[in-house]
Amino acid sequence: MTKLNVNFCGLDFKNPIIPASGTFGYGREYEKFYSLSRLGGISVKGTTLNPRQGNPAPRVAETPSGMLNSVGLQNGGVDKFISYELPHLSKCDTRIIANIAGATAEECAEVAKKLNGQKVDMIELNISCPNVKQGGAAFGTNPCTAAEVTKAVRNATSIPLMVKLSPNVTDITEIAKAVEGAGADAVSLINTLLGMRIDINTGRPILKNNVGGLSGAAVFPIAVRMVWQVANAVKIPVCGMGGVCSGEDAIELMMAGATTVQVGAYNFQNPYACIDIIEQMEKWCKKHGVNDIKDIIGTVKPW
Amino acid sequence: MSYKQGKFPIVEKRAIAKGMFDITICCPEIAKITQAGQFAQVAAKGFFLRRPISICQSDPERGTIRLVFEVRGNGTEKISGLNKGDCIDIIAPLGKGFTLKRGKRVVCVGGGIGNPPLLEVARFYGCKATMISGFRSAEVVLCTDDGSAGFHGFVTQPLEKLLQEKKTDVIYACGPMGMLKNIAMLAEKYNVKCEVSLEQRMACGIGACLVCACRTVKDSKEFMSHVCTDGPVFDSKEVVFDD
Repeated sequence: MTKLNVNFCGLDFKNPIIPASGTFGYGREYEKFYSLSRLGGISVKGTTLNPRQGNPAPRVAETPSGMLNSVGLQNGGVDKFISYELPHLSKCDTRIIANIAGATAEECAEVAKKLNGQKVDMIELNISCPNVKQGGAAFGTNPCTAAEVTKAVRNATSIPLMVKLSPNVTDITEIAKAVEGAGADAVSLINTLLGMRIDINTGRPILKNNVGGLSGAAVFPIAVRMVWQVANAVKIPVCGMGGVCSGEDAIELMMAGATTVQVGAYNFQNPYACIDIIEQMEKWCKKHGVNDIKDIIGTVKPW
Repeated sequence: MSYKQGKFPIVEKRAIAKGMFDITICCPEIAKITQAGQFAQVAAKGFFLRRPISICQSDPERGTIRLVFEVRGNGTEKISGLNKGDCIDIIAPLGKGFTLKRGKRVVCVGGGIGNPPLLEVARFYGCKATMISGFRSAEVVLCTDDGSAGFHGFVTQPLEKLLQEKKTDVIYACGPMGMLKNIAMLAEKYNVKCEVSLEQRMACGIGACLVCACRTVKDSKEFMSHVCTDGPVFDSKEVVFDD
């Protein structure tokens, strides 16, 4: 039996697989397919201080081997998350990662403050949402603002803090180093890549927001590259994501330097995505004589 | 709401009109719990996202469901290439269907590929239901029982005439947004309850990803609902139709 558990920011995860924020709601919908306790953790839908209605539809467009979305952080706000979602989630035997976002550093800090004392194992600070006008990617594309918002949240909570990075930058390692310096315990990457599709029969963009975030298998090689670059640039652990669709993909991201792996858009195609991936990882390890999954983290031998 | 994912055999396939297909799938557990107006998320091989297709009919005794769909793009075209004996990967039954109540006199109004989801509704009410079917052109109409394929105009014209002449309890409608908007206006004018089935681009189909948003209003407060779980069937009074 391969040991699949990993230590991530001092917390034991029973396996490295975590459904990615925004693709899994608060778990209720997928609980009808399998027990959430089989997951390493769950990164829940991005939560803001106040409820948000999100962007107008259409909010999704198919792309070759992927999709664009422009949801715009629709959510019921942090109070509803604490009173309605968390009691249900915390019954599951898995790590709960609260994904938070805000228009200002103060707002992000306030959300984090509200989570103090709640049954949340980790906070994932989203500084990279491409679909909101304020905050979001505006924070995550500049090392100074990225550090500033990280520091504000760091000062507001003692819960382990992971910062989710945007790939829409010239050098992602600069941002990673900035948030590490500001007190982040981990980084997660990559968020979606900004993209666009046009319906050539109408001349209109498919997304009502005109542009949106690209995810799915198409972005996987970019994720591998950026995880590898960031893992080599910082000392804090990395949670890798972007287009993971198989156990082999997850292993590849781990070899590139990820300790945990998030699975996003693939959940839509295959509702058993995370479970299938965990089983495929186990099978691969067995076949390749890997007794402990930790042994493959960052083992890529670059030319 | 209960739903299942699986690969199930196609036991029947027909091309019923240009670009329109009718497939029957053997999936007893799904057929048993499907309600009129619900839909299936259908995988199209080689495409990243599933395609939402309404369930036209479910037969719990035979253990089958029927999907009647139109080829709209490359994904639905791929699905239309599946044949009898092939397996089809679906998640179903999904969403909130039509509310059916015995003893009511109803009108079903379908526009184009919006017609199939109304079949079960019409069947439920039997002779208490009137069906008004609109199509862009006769090209897609194979046959009508009484040979009356020929009314030229929008479905709202015969609907309004019917509402004036006959007491109607409920209108059930499915079709393009413009048509639904006009039907909702008529329903309000004649003070008749009206349920509309909406369409939107989807990803997960089960309420997790929130991409299939639609503007709705309740207690005079507007908010974003989701077609996959709050719908696809809505009370027309709750829907905010875009201009």
